[in-house]
Amino acid sequence: MRMRILAAATAAGLLAAVSGCGGGTSEEEGQTLTYWATNQGTSLENDAEVLQPALDRFEEETGITVELEVIPWADILNRILAATTSGEGPDVLNIGNTWSASLQATGAFVPFDAETLEAIDGTGRFVESSLASTGAPGQDPTSVPLYGMSYGLFYNRAMFEEAGIEEPPATWEELIEVGQEITGDGRWGFTLEGAAYTDNAHQAFIMGEQHGAVPFNEDGTANFATPQQVAALQQYLDLMGEHGIVNPSNAEFSNGTQAVTEFAQGNAAMMIRQAGTMRALEEQGMTTEDYGVAPVPLPDPLPEGGRPITSMVAGINISVFNNSDNPEGALEFVRFMTSAQTQIELNSAYGTLPVVTDAADDPAFQTEQLAVFQETLLEYSAPMPQVPEESQYETLIGTAMAELFAQIASGEEVTEADIEAQLSAANEQLTVGG
Amino acid sequence: MAATATPAPPARRRRTPRRPSDPAVAGRGRLLRWLPYLLVLPAVLMELLIHIVPMLIGIGMSFLRLTQFTIRNWTAAPFTGLDNYRVTLDFGGTAGAELLRSFGVTVAFTVIVVAASWAIGIFAGVLMQRPFRGRGFLRAFFLFPYALPAYAAVITWNFMLQRDNGLVNHVLVDQLGLFDERPFWLIGSNSFASLTVVAIWRLWPFAFLVIMAGLQSIPDDLYEAASIDGASIGRQFRAITMPMLRPINMVLVLVLFLWTFNDFNTAYVLFGNSVPAEAAVISVHIYQSSFVTWNFGLGSAMSVLLLLFLLLVSAAYLLFTSRRGRG
Repeated sequence: MRMRILAAATAAGLLAAVSGCGGGTSEEEGQTLTYWATNQGTSLENDAEVLQPALDRFEEETGITVELEVIPWADILNRILAATTSGEGPDVLNIGNTWSASLQATGAFVPFDAETLEAIDGTGRFVESSLASTGAPGQDPTSVPLYGMSYGLFYNRAMFEEAGIEEPPATWEELIEVGQEITGDGRWGFTLEGAAYTDNAHQAFIMGEQHGAVPFNEDGTANFATPQQVAALQQYLDLMGEHGIVNPSNAEFSNGTQAVTEFAQGNAAMMIRQAGTMRALEEQGMTTEDYGVAPVPLPDPLPEGGRPITSMVAGINISVFNNSDNPEGALEFVRFMTSAQTQIELNSAYGTLPVVTDAADDPAFQTEQLAVFQETLLEYSAPMPQVPEESQYETLIGTAMAELFAQIASGEEVTEADIEAQLSAANEQLTVGG
Repeated sequence: MAATATPAPPARRRRTPRRPSDPAVAGRGRLLRWLPYLLVLPAVLMELLIHIVPMLIGIGMSFLRLTQFTIRNWTAAPFTGLDNYRVTLDFGGTAGAELLRSFGVTVAFTVIVVAASWAIGIFAGVLMQRPFRGRGFLRAFFLFPYALPAYAAVITWNFMLQRDNGLVNHVLVDQLGLFDERPFWLIGSNSFASLTVVAIWRLWPFAFLVIMAGLQSIPDDLYEAASIDGASIGRQFRAITMPMLRPINMVLVLVLFLWTFNDFNTAYVLFGNSVPAEAAVISVHIYQSSFVTWNFGLGSAMSVLLLLFLLLVSAAYLLFTSRRGRG
């Protein structure tokens, strides 16, 4: 047992041994690719269903069989780290695009230099904002965009109508006003996932942009505990605290589906979620008639140094693993996955946005809701910090916010000083870690 | 082993007076001498491979600055000497202070869980000592929590402990009316209580199982003699059951202690990715320190310290109990 704990800590080494996920270990060397997909659909099985026709088409075209494994979000980063340590990974894999620079630093992925880019028909065909989240500036990217996403404000039309609200809120003040009008009798103005660290971190970043926060200095050192970042977090936390438009129970929501369920069941009138949520809502019986999507509100007036950003460049990128036995086949697969036809098929199935311009005009993406997400992605999105410590930044800030939400939910007051203390601690942990 | 090799039949001795030089006999003797070692060899190799080597790698890692920049090629990780230990043991800094806090949480958690699991285990074990109708069924029934896969069991608790839709609050608030407002069980200070209850629920059947086995070996005559002498049930428990269970209890408590101190699954499955600080037991804390900040060297240093601590406690415990045993 003593050994067990140590073994847990040497997990990097152990996982490496355990998760021998043979990249190209098939007998027909070169004819098979292993592909790790992230969970974009409503379930892992749903993902397999969505992807299989495309993989079959790829096999028809190239003769290369793709072995698919869909990996849940909770595991993906650990699996990638284990694969990186052991060198035994898939040939091609999806990554959250915000991790681009973090994973780039490991050297585990094939850099897309000029020659490699040529093999996938160059970068000219990609949507510019999505390309901004593929790795640290000045270095060859180690991933290319696959699915585009952005945040939007979902609102329940019937609940708005009932409360006599005609327009979705455009500023935070309006959102609070509308939220307070709706809150009462077991219904709430707004819902969020208070214990989900990724959601928290994304909101911290978006609100931070609006308040002019810069989490990393130019030399790459962390600078989380700025007055701007404190103000940004305060604005978000106050939705539950001071303004009381969020059910305190939301502080324990962590799996990414609970807030959506609250919204779908009419328990809450608004939420800030990504485009892919539309599929989950559909599954829960909500049609696009029932809800609208508006840009995430901005402060009015914008604080000094603040930027009119309403989303981070969200999405999924695709990378080729450095230890792949079949790099040409892997690049061929990347080219296939980012081709216009596959982009239209997969993105319309997932409710996400195409990342190549020649697919973006397809009628499938011109719906009222998707148009908002698309405009946001193109015009009002900023990439998360493209620094190697980005992944740690997300977990540390997101976890700090989860603790603050827990305090608020338990009836404690959270002051500026509390927020600053949490941010300072996160900053220090990153410094120790880096 | 030696006995089988030395006495050779006299007839044979006559034919070959210089027995040791007979290659056949000597070979057989050598084989027999080495056979036991050969037989345990696979087990030793596996033990080395599965436990000892990763442990040594872990100790090696604790002297490196192993981050995302070097994780692909460990040999490139800079050697930092005792730096990781210095950061870990600097209780004025964030990392050290949090480790200390987590250590405190773990000690409290372990003491409560071990004491309660043992107490419930012995209570249930003694109740089941005498045969009665349905004893077999109850015994199997009590083992359920232990037999269930950890994930399935703990995730059910997660559902039950949710604030708005959980069964626990439904009973406590809606049916019994014990609280005016629905308490949180998965975040904030109550999370410690939730974790403890779930851990006891999972662990006590093991204590029960071991104690039950121990009780079987106590001869009935002892109890019969005692009751003829007029000893009460309490007296019988103190004078017969407890002393007879002593060797079992000694090992049981140590095992319960080590398992609980290292318990990772319960907290991780119950709270998911965001384990509240109040319930962040040390194994979870180490996991977070390694994976959240991608600093595997620091995480390893913490693990090595934990290993040393548990070794010390185990050694002290064994020394203490064996001395008392002799006394």
